[in-house]
Amino acid sequence: MAEHAHTPPPHTPKVHTSKVHTSLAHDSAPLHVSGTALYADDVAEPAGMLHLAFGRAPHAHAKIVSLDLSAVRAAPGVVAVFTAADIPGDNNVAPVARDDRLLAADEVVFMGQPVFLVAATSAKAARVAAKLGRIDYEALPALLTIAEAKAAHSLIEASQVMRRGDMAELAAAPHRIQGALEIGGQDHFYLEGQISVATPMEQGGVHLLCSTQHPSEVQHLVAHLLGVTSADVTVEVRRMGGGFGGKETQASLFAAAAALVAAKTGRPAKYRADRDEDMKITGKRHDFTANYDVAFDNEGRIRALRLELASRCGCSTDLSPAINDRAMFHADNCYFLENVEIVSHRYRTHTVSNTAFRGFGGPQGMLAIERVMDAIALHLGRDPLSVRQTNFYGPERNLTPYQMAVTDFVADRLVEELKTAADYDVRKAEIDAFNASHPYLRRGIACTPVKFGISFTTSHLNQAGALVHAYVDGSIALNHGGTEMGQGLNTKVAQIVADVFGLGLERIRITSTRTDKVPNTSATAASSGTDLNGWAAWNAATTIRERLAELMAARNDVAADSVVFEGGVVRAGDEVLGFAEVCRLAHLNRISLSATGFYATPKIHYDRKTHTGRPFLYFAYGAAVSEVLIDTFTGEHKVLRADILHDVGRSINPALDLGQIEGAYLQGQGWLTFEELVYDAKGRLLTHAPSTYKIPCASDRPAVMNIHLWRAGDNREPTIHRSKAVGEPPFMLANSVFSALTCAVAAATGDPRPTLDAPATPERILRAVKGSSL
Amino acid sequence: MTDKLRFYLDGEIVTLSGIDPTQSVLDWLRYTARRTGSKEGCAEGDCGACTVLVGELEGERLNWRAVNACILFLPMLDGKALMTVESLKGAHPVQSAMVDLHASQCGFCTPGIVMSLVGRSMGACGTLGADPAEVLAGNLCRCTGYGPILKAAEQVASVPFDDAPVREALQKLHRDTLLVLSYEDPLAGLTRRAYVPCNVDDLAEILIENPDVRLIAGATDVGLWVSKQHRVLPEVAFIGHLMRDIEGTAQGVRLGAGVRYSEARAALADLSPDLGELIRRIGAVQVRNAGTIGGNIANGSPIGDMPPALIALGAELTLRRGETRRTLPLEAYFLDYGQQDRQPGEFVESVFVPAPKASDVVRIVKLSKRFDSDISAVCAAVHLRFDGAVVQGARLAFGGMAGTPKRATHAEAVLTGHPLAPERLALAAEALRADFTPLSDVRGSADYRLTVAGNILKKLWFDIQGQGGDVLGVAHG
Repeated sequence: MAEHAHTPPPHTPKVHTSKVHTSLAHDSAPLHVSGTALYADDVAEPAGMLHLAFGRAPHAHAKIVSLDLSAVRAAPGVVAVFTAADIPGDNNVAPVARDDRLLAADEVVFMGQPVFLVAATSAKAARVAAKLGRIDYEALPALLTIAEAKAAHSLIEASQVMRRGDMAELAAAPHRIQGALEIGGQDHFYLEGQISVATPMEQGGVHLLCSTQHPSEVQHLVAHLLGVTSADVTVEVRRMGGGFGGKETQASLFAAAAALVAAKTGRPAKYRADRDEDMKITGKRHDFTANYDVAFDNEGRIRALRLELASRCGCSTDLSPAINDRAMFHADNCYFLENVEIVSHRYRTHTVSNTAFRGFGGPQGMLAIERVMDAIALHLGRDPLSVRQTNFYGPERNLTPYQMAVTDFVADRLVEELKTAADYDVRKAEIDAFNASHPYLRRGIACTPVKFGISFTTSHLNQAGALVHAYVDGSIALNHGGTEMGQGLNTKVAQIVADVFGLGLERIRITSTRTDKVPNTSATAASSGTDLNGWAAWNAATTIRERLAELMAARNDVAADSVVFEGGVVRAGDEVLGFAEVCRLAHLNRISLSATGFYATPKIHYDRKTHTGRPFLYFAYGAAVSEVLIDTFTGEHKVLRADILHDVGRSINPALDLGQIEGAYLQGQGWLTFEELVYDAKGRLLTHAPSTYKIPCASDRPAVMNIHLWRAGDNREPTIHRSKAVGEPPFMLANSVFSALTCAVAAATGDPRPTLDAPATPERILRAVKGSSL
Repeated sequence: MTDKLRFYLDGEIVTLSGIDPTQSVLDWLRYTARRTGSKEGCAEGDCGACTVLVGELEGERLNWRAVNACILFLPMLDGKALMTVESLKGAHPVQSAMVDLHASQCGFCTPGIVMSLVGRSMGACGTLGADPAEVLAGNLCRCTGYGPILKAAEQVASVPFDDAPVREALQKLHRDTLLVLSYEDPLAGLTRRAYVPCNVDDLAEILIENPDVRLIAGATDVGLWVSKQHRVLPEVAFIGHLMRDIEGTAQGVRLGAGVRYSEARAALADLSPDLGELIRRIGAVQVRNAGTIGGNIANGSPIGDMPPALIALGAELTLRRGETRRTLPLEAYFLDYGQQDRQPGEFVESVFVPAPKASDVVRIVKLSKRFDSDISAVCAAVHLRFDGAVVQGARLAFGGMAGTPKRATHAEAVLTGHPLAPERLALAAEALRADFTPLSDVRGSADYRLTVAGNILKKLWFDIQGQGGDVLGVAHG
């Protein structure tokens, strides 16, 4: 896609160096700022392009009795209308369980589910016509909430239990408390909505330009749906305008629609969802309830914990089993739980199927244990941070509830450093004084740590491929299986490849991700993009370099490993040649300048039946101190300051990593404060646009924000350049905001039982302050 | 009369006729002009990914303002200048600063952010004296957390811009005839018409002849009818360039119906600092640069961003039909939900806001989930006049509590004739339950609204005692 940009980027980037561990600008930054970066909707439309819209069901649960689409077909601009009966192959867009339909066939299982598909000459014509379907439904009872699904025992799979130690300790410890926490969901609100453009190719093939984190899955689903082979379908992704997990499985629906129309009509077809439709029909972060029963000693050290998690998965399986597993994996966070039982219920409801979202269940599990820490501290009247530290993993206390030894624990050191840097003790005393003096404003401060497991917990997904070409002019074309959604993956991988060849980054052309170049890839998800694709690309590049090194070694009669690639030249013995010259020589000597690379994460294994094993290669760590202020008359709050220390190992690109950390914190802050998904009694989402669904804006960023990468950061595991994944872990730094709010509410009420639920909207804060009287 | 719409873009005059008069500038840019730098993120003026700059002559001065192209209709550009991210040719210091400071990640919101910051660097409307976070309140970014963007804004606060060529071009575009655009709408199957009158008298005449013409000033509301509901508006008149006078006297401020929020802010802040702060909380720069005080009143929203405050201050509305004018208290204009006291052919011409006395207490509080660019759950405006220590007159008006912006007459009665005291305010808070039966919706439950409306009154005591404060007013440290 970038290759057919109609105008060259006018802003000339700075000259790059080849070094990893350097803060280079995002490779697309000059294109972003000049408006020349092409997203799927920006590519010039070919003649005859059809625009698509779904006709959607007005029921959360209903049987389709009859379908009359004559008015839709007769509407101006309409070229074709399709229903489930028109799908030649498998009517399925689900990632794992084959239970998501492109178009509902007999039964509708969530409000707004697509029932038919309109193809018209303009987006407006399609959208207007899509409202003209006359469909008779027989409404069926709908389960909308966790509570309703629980009462009806409606599950997407059996409840899971992770257990260790002796739960009799619950009754034996000096203290025991119970409590509950509700945790709201979250819309991804990527700025670029879902979009796919399908172009018919010869012999029934189709090319798809998609905004997806998972090109291979789109390819495979579309092949099955059209009844063609995977080799007939090519999926291309140049960049996304944000993903955050929302384009891991959810892009398939729109891609499948576009592909179906292209295949059926022989014309190119584009599905560009508008914001409202996007928010109404795509899955979100799971909302959870957490119930805890915890026993502890006088210092607040947990003796036993029973934690019951329940989530709203929605109408289908999607990735909910793995997401809820990850919630369980992170319910320990940094704390050793000797006697523990974690139960996880995955409820099926007649709502949109919830899906991956940065953290993938981890944030909900982690927030639950942080609430437990706050509840213990309030109960004992102790500083919550000291309670957290008391419970940290340690040398003799290093086994997770899933029996993996935590051997790389650094949160203790990191938190101690942050506590000093953020002046935690002094500020806490000041806050206490302020709270004692102000008639109605209350402050709160909290320090919460993060330990996040890195690897897909479905072990086979931990693999990646890359394809690197060197051309005779010394330029490098780099392909890998990862997708660029803003995180800077392409920049990092290019840095890795540039480093292998001793070239500047300007010599590396990062191309779009294509399934016909690198096949069978995993989603760019689980924070794994650089870990997996960086190694795969390094392997590919190194294969080529070794061939070049052998050539140069033979010419100069030196050992191949003495050949040096540096500063754009290749040095072998006394001979120094430009990299391009070496490539030309290789070509003349009939040596391949192209190589694939592959990587599979070592060491990991997991038995889901017993919930034991080593699901993660390593852990990423971080901690944040947040300070908040609440108004006990109005329930309003403000996050005043945040101090963050985060471990990214040895950073490949510190600037990009800092960007991930800050962005993740603010996204987490939004999740826990004012991003509220409100449904009506019929299951209709009422907050489906930025007018009603409020993500953080610039003024919500804490006025004081100190973010640092942890200087001592390293990775014991042999990750690429000893870096650590950074996409998801810092999202949970925002748990400190919620804990700080919990403390501020407690300061207002004097009640040791925390009752604040998430998101902490003004209404919820006021309710927590006033008790049930509101 | 003319049927040609003309505007200035990058050194050229663009002339359009036969266009859909409710086509958005964004769609025209992206799909006709193939300038795809401006993005659609929401099509409702809330995300700012489509931010462009519009320049217009006010006398000799060229005023630029950032607006959302997704809810800007093409005819609203008539006689004006348009600047998009492409106009900068990648060479603006804001753009280099954004690259150098790592201020873009996915890049989709970036062109809009660049345009907001370029506007600020040119001293565009609504940016003077505003800190970067305020300038960017209407530009959502989901990736960066804003820090690097704010830093770029601080680094490039002001960049000289030679506006002479634009001024010259716009002088030539001046028009003193009516613009009428006719459009055969293939989807709606009818001929639609748009009028762009060049003076108020023409507007009055058009409305007498055809009272069903839909008036569009800033399009911050009507824009969404089209962009999101796909409503067909058979006949419209664009009037955002009319009735733009602000007259300040010792008695108060008269605002023409076409005065935009951002333009009214200084004059209203002079009347009451709270009123100025309220305007800062309405929409964001792009919305305040488009939305008008008159349009906000005329559309009769139950929240009514401005009306609760204006009612509390005793504002009077002037309506005009043909050559006939009448004046009524603003609260009398709002009859019921979706129903206003406006006759066929009549339009809002101006609103007069009386100046409070120095000894009056004026407190305006807006509560919303997010501070910037959010709609009130409750907006409360309290205006108390004293005779010594005794409350002589109380005007309490609320938005979000009823089908219209409405006064709290029971609570007013409780306060009137007594010295202000915590017990009185608690009684007044209780009396609100007789004044209002609010609804529950996405912005708050009925319970929350009633409780918090009362709490605003109770909190007033601490304000008056100098012990107040709110979360926005307290900085860290």
